[in-house]
Amino acid sequence: MLGQCLGIALLGLDGQLVSVEVDIADGLPGYTLLGLPDTALTESKDRVRSALVNSGEIWPNKKVTVSLSPAWLPKSGSGFDLPIAIALLSAHGGIPEGRLNKTLFIGELSLDGRVQGVRGVLPSLIAAYKCGITVAVVPLANRLEAELMTEMKIISVGHLREVLMWLRTGESLRNENLECEYAPEDEGFDFSDVAGQPHARLAAEVSAVGGHHLLLIGPPGAGKTMIAQRLPGILPRLSRAEVLEVSAVHSLSRSHNNRSPLSSVAPFVAPHHTATRVAMVGGGSSTIRPGACSLAHRGVLFIDEAPECGAGVLDALRQPLEAGSISIARSIGSVSYPAQFILILAANPCPCGKFSGRGRGCTCSSLQVRRYLGKLSGPLMDRIDLRVEVEPLSRLELVKSEYGDSSATIAERVSKARSVAAHRFNHEPWSLNAQIPSRALQKKYVCEKSAISFLHTELDAERLTGRGLHKVMRIAWSLADLALHPIPTLGDIRTALRLREGSTL
Amino acid sequence: MSEAARIKLSNKTLGAFGEQTVVDYLLGRHILIVDRNWRIREGEVDIIAQHLSGRYAFVEVKTRRSLAFGHPFEAISREKAYRLQRLSLAWLAINHAFGEPFTIDCAAVLISPTGQANVEYREAVL
Repeated sequence: MLGQCLGIALLGLDGQLVSVEVDIADGLPGYTLLGLPDTALTESKDRVRSALVNSGEIWPNKKVTVSLSPAWLPKSGSGFDLPIAIALLSAHGGIPEGRLNKTLFIGELSLDGRVQGVRGVLPSLIAAYKCGITVAVVPLANRLEAELMTEMKIISVGHLREVLMWLRTGESLRNENLECEYAPEDEGFDFSDVAGQPHARLAAEVSAVGGHHLLLIGPPGAGKTMIAQRLPGILPRLSRAEVLEVSAVHSLSRSHNNRSPLSSVAPFVAPHHTATRVAMVGGGSSTIRPGACSLAHRGVLFIDEAPECGAGVLDALRQPLEAGSISIARSIGSVSYPAQFILILAANPCPCGKFSGRGRGCTCSSLQVRRYLGKLSGPLMDRIDLRVEVEPLSRLELVKSEYGDSSATIAERVSKARSVAAHRFNHEPWSLNAQIPSRALQKKYVCEKSAISFLHTELDAERLTGRGLHKVMRIAWSLADLALHPIPTLGDIRTALRLREGSTL
Repeated sequence: MSEAARIKLSNKTLGAFGEQTVVDYLLGRHILIVDRNWRIREGEVDIIAQHLSGRYAFVEVKTRRSLAFGHPFEAISREKAYRLQRLSLAWLAINHAFGEPFTIDCAAVLISPTGQANVEYREAVL
């Protein structure tokens, strides 16, 4: 007696359809699972059995052989419980075959037959859709992310009985009012809360326009974290395709982030500075998970106390910063995750944190001060366009009741500026000012004449290096987009220089 | 056999009753009974039968009054089945039938509260 249905095996974001075959033969009761299962999958035997019995179905006291084909592909996770249970029932004739052929099943079973959520449902569905599957049964807990795939018919189920009812009668329970277990999208971070800091505010705005990476240097309590947290609020909303990309990566992540899969707000990821390299870029031996830089895809990666990061952790970001994606190779295979993010580093000016402005109260030696920011390696700093010093607030600025523009106002300016840039780069392979290649800056995207001659005097005075020149020009383009100048003016260049020279680095 | 239900049988008698039920079942299918409760130091074979074709069947019988402790077949572990296979080979050797075709069979006897005995018979479980 044979039964068959479809499951899916994920490696990174790529999935491969797995045919789950069950044979029930006469012989002593036994259960054999073939097809390179991992531990969680091997344990499925006992879950499936209890779930079936406790849902009022029959467990065949016969020799059961389950094969997950293709057999050479290593399979992991508990998402195969449901397809195994369905194939088993189909093998002893409990299910009409009609709906089985083109339906994907994902879900873990609990002993009482409830269907539990699993990781990676969205990427699984995307992969299955590419293979021509249009109907999928998913756990109710993963319903929100599953319904992003509007091209597919999604049947979300809370219990094995609901699956069987759908397979036998074609009726599915629609639990329309699903409570929202996610935090509201607007977390209450608004730029109008930030007192003073005109420089840093402008830098954040420019960073949002051009996708420039940003370094904030300042004493504790000056507002570095506040500014970073508010950046996602002024970034343009994600398009549907981008939401799919972002939610697919987040779906794979082990961490219980409370980000709704439907959210179109750019993600904000702030790993602690003790994060390991693997936590930052992704990895793992049995399943390769996305790291912080992939979770920040299309959003902001904020690293507070950047000089305190472990050796090599920040430098591991160099490659994704350059490529916009990261490929991780392990013994089980190679996986590529997207990683296009705006990097924001925050740092104290010295170990004690007080070496700013006139440096009053700083107890560090000059050598310590120099070494501290020197921990941020040259190649990394080379990729960071904006460097701004965040000064401690004066009493006057703190008690002022009128703060700067709200996030909504800034977001509007940013989105206007981005559409100007998008129009300009219509026929180019890049879309953001931070991505303009140096050659194009020399030839095609040049500044006003007066601005160029000003830059030349700066170069002659050795206040600007060749590399710095291009960075200043990129920032100037973002400033020009914000001010709706057709090309960067002398004023834009001057401002750009200020946003770059913030630190002595 | 309604007394089986009323009187609380000892496990031994219950087993003997179950084995007798299987013997009747086999005889009803024109299978000869060659030996019963054949015992050596390594263990015991409940029933040794022979088909008309000449094929021997070594039968392990499990008797239960309810499914509270699982299906009778589940009580036959893989290890037990292999032991049965070794015993079969020993029996064949002793009785100068080594090389004859044979199967290891299992029979489950389920006695309902009304005393009805239900036999489930599975051939060649190994």
